[in-house]
Amino acid sequence: MLEIKNLHATVDGKEILRGINLTIKAGEVHAVMGPNGSGKSTLSYVLAGRDGYEVTQGDILFHGRSLLGLEPEERARDGLFLAFQYPVEIPGVANATFLRSAVNAVRKHRGLADMDAMTFLKTAKAKMKQLQMDEKFLQRAVNMGFSGGEKKRNEVFQMLMLEPTLAILDETDSGLDIDALKIVAEGVNALRGPERSALVITHYQRLLDYIVPDVVHVLAGGRIIKTGGKDLALELEAKGYADIIADAA
Amino acid sequence: MAANAQTIETVEGLAGDYKYGFVTDIESDILAKGLSEDTVRFISAKKGEPQWMLDWRLRAYKAWLRMAREKGEPTWAKVSYPEIDFQDIHYYSAPKKKTLKSLDEVDPELLATYEKLGIPLKEREILAGVAVDAVFDSVSVATTFKDKLKDMGIIFCSMSEAVREHPELVQKYLGSVVPVTDNFYATLNSAVFSDGSFVYVPPGVRCPMELSTYFRINEAKTGQFERTLLICDKGAYVSYLEGCTAPMRDDNQLHAAVVELVCLEDAEIRYATVQNWYPGDKNGKGGIYNFVTKRGACRGARSKISWTQVETGSAITWKYPSVILQGDDSIGEFYSVAVTNNAQQADTGTKMIHMGKNTKSTIISKGISAGKAQNTYRGLVRVMPGAAGARNYSQCDSLLIGDRCGGHTVPYIEVKNRSAKVEHEATTSRISDDQLFYCRQRGLSEEDAVSTIVNGFCKEVLQKLPMEFAVEAQKLLGVSLEGSVG
Ligand SMILES: Nc1ncnc2c1ncn2[C@@H]1O[C@H](COP(=O)(O)OP(=O)(O)OP(=O)(O)O)[C@@H](O)[C@H]1O
Ligand SMILES: [Mg+2]
Repeated sequence: MLEIKNLHATVDGKEILRGINLTIKAGEVHAVMGPNGSGKSTLSYVLAGRDGYEVTQGDILFHGRSLLGLEPEERARDGLFLAFQYPVEIPGVANATFLRSAVNAVRKHRGLADMDAMTFLKTAKAKMKQLQMDEKFLQRAVNMGFSGGEKKRNEVFQMLMLEPTLAILDETDSGLDIDALKIVAEGVNALRGPERSALVITHYQRLLDYIVPDVVHVLAGGRIIKTGGKDLALELEAKGYADIIADAA
Repeated sequence: MAANAQTIETVEGLAGDYKYGFVTDIESDILAKGLSEDTVRFISAKKGEPQWMLDWRLRAYKAWLRMAREKGEPTWAKVSYPEIDFQDIHYYSAPKKKTLKSLDEVDPELLATYEKLGIPLKEREILAGVAVDAVFDSVSVATTFKDKLKDMGIIFCSMSEAVREHPELVQKYLGSVVPVTDNFYATLNSAVFSDGSFVYVPPGVRCPMELSTYFRINEAKTGQFERTLLICDKGAYVSYLEGCTAPMRDDNQLHAAVVELVCLEDAEIRYATVQNWYPGDKNGKGGIYNFVTKRGACRGARSKISWTQVETGSAITWKYPSVILQGDDSIGEFYSVAVTNNAQQADTGTKMIHMGKNTKSTIISKGISAGKAQNTYRGLVRVMPGAAGARNYSQCDSLLIGDRCGGHTVPYIEVKNRSAKVEHEATTSRISDDQLFYCRQRGLSEEDAVSTIVNGFCKEVLQKLPMEFAVEAQKLLGVSLEGSVG
């Protein structure tokens, strides 16, 4: 599904990712943990193809094809979804309008006809119910004035509508209350399947109680310094990063 | 950056290459270039006008000559262009009129043009001026509309027809809002106007449909000097749509139109414009100079005039739809979106002149600039000494795309009554990389991302447009900004 090979990337000329190797097979969920500033969000942006994040070495294969020459929208249409750590506000654009354009852009790419307004509304309402989101959010402008938790829930809502094959969740759990955390985790789990994978970036092992990962990675200083099973998260929660970073050095 | 093939194709199909810019070779009546008293007489004679109309035009022409001699074109707007040679312009051009019985008789060239524009068959007929009896259903629908309007006492016809058929109304109101000597271009228009629309809604009548040139059979081919006059009598209501995306067959550069609105007691006029004339190429070669005077007078108490405009075309736009709030408790509104891309320049805004007591005005202006375009909001709010309790709220927002363009806000506020309340807010923002990336991560192309963000920015104005118009305007915003990022 996703193969990251010796990935080096710079932002504004500064090297942030310094040789990342990571392979996610179809159906797997991987967690990435690591100290602030270690490069987790940078990795997610590089995967999504953000301008200004320059790959200087290595390659990223998605479904066996290199992503490097592809625009962000092409990657998105191919099934890569990023739930943003800081979702962006778009004044005046109704959430429903925005999401329907997105859904139809992806459908078009897959050779499907546009989803008509009625079907869209029905599907959207069903997903919102699943996430216990008020339908009013369809008419509100994208993320405008949403609380931190509401923004995160809205990201997961978009994900459920777009049905990506690879979902990258960048600290989607931060800012969620305990009940919301469960609901959002259930939303993510609902999308799990043999053909779908996820890369879950988090600081808290708590999330991984609900979304149980197959593999846990520790990212520090732009490199993956340790990889293990779900118990690694427990270990980190108990001991912090210091020992692992010292071991790796 | 490598845009995908699809985007390239779209851009090639639309940006730079003006979609509606092809030329149709068709037999037409063209008067030789140049402007003189004879030109004015020729136009008047062509229209079969009575003496008073000719006299009016000649008065205007003399005034214009004086203006041209003394001061020349106005120079205060933030636009620049080479001086116009007024002798190098055709002042009259009309396709030769025949009465046609069916589409078979219409010049195939003209039909091909309409086809290219994607105008549906039924509309093509109307535009081509087929005499419409029951050939196609839709066409009789248009006739039915006209009959229905007539039954209600609403007059909706061309300006030329109004001059002939309703001289008392025309004489009473023409030039009463925009006087003959108002400004350089309006005065020129008064001398040489070719045609335009005339609407009169009698007391207490609510016009049951949106009026637009679309329904005005045979009158679609108004020239570059349009003259429009709308009168809404006591307690009447009308909504008027002016679409300038229809085929413009003029190859001339200058469009100097005048629109006058008269609103009597308790009457309401809504006037909406979507303007998409040829903006010139990327480097600023060619394109329409859109120098328009639009003004409405709220003459009666509790009357209301609302201007909504979406301006995406033209090389230069110079336009200030205004409202004179004479009647007590009258209301003026101005909702505007002006988009400039590449080398386009727009200097547009409004004037709200408060004269009556408790008069209210609202100004919402959204200026969008991309490329190396310049976009200026210029507005005047004037409260006269007698306008006790007057209120104005103005909000002027500029959105910049890229760093070579400019957005400017020039509000003039003159308050001569202490009980008046005037509020002005202005913002300038840029489309952020964050927003673009967010949209693209969800699968939208860069062009669609820009279009989505811009449409959001303009929402308050777009939602003032009638439904079909709003959809068209949204698409237009996207098209006119293509190629603006990346
Ligand atoms: N434009 C930039 N110029 C210079 N440094 C940058 C730039 N953008 C990001 N960085 C740096 O890159 C490093 C990695 O940032 P990143 O956002 O990927 O961290 P993170 O692991 O997601 O942290 P957190 O857990 O706080 O979200 C940080 O030190 C950050 O300051
Ligand atoms: Mg981060």
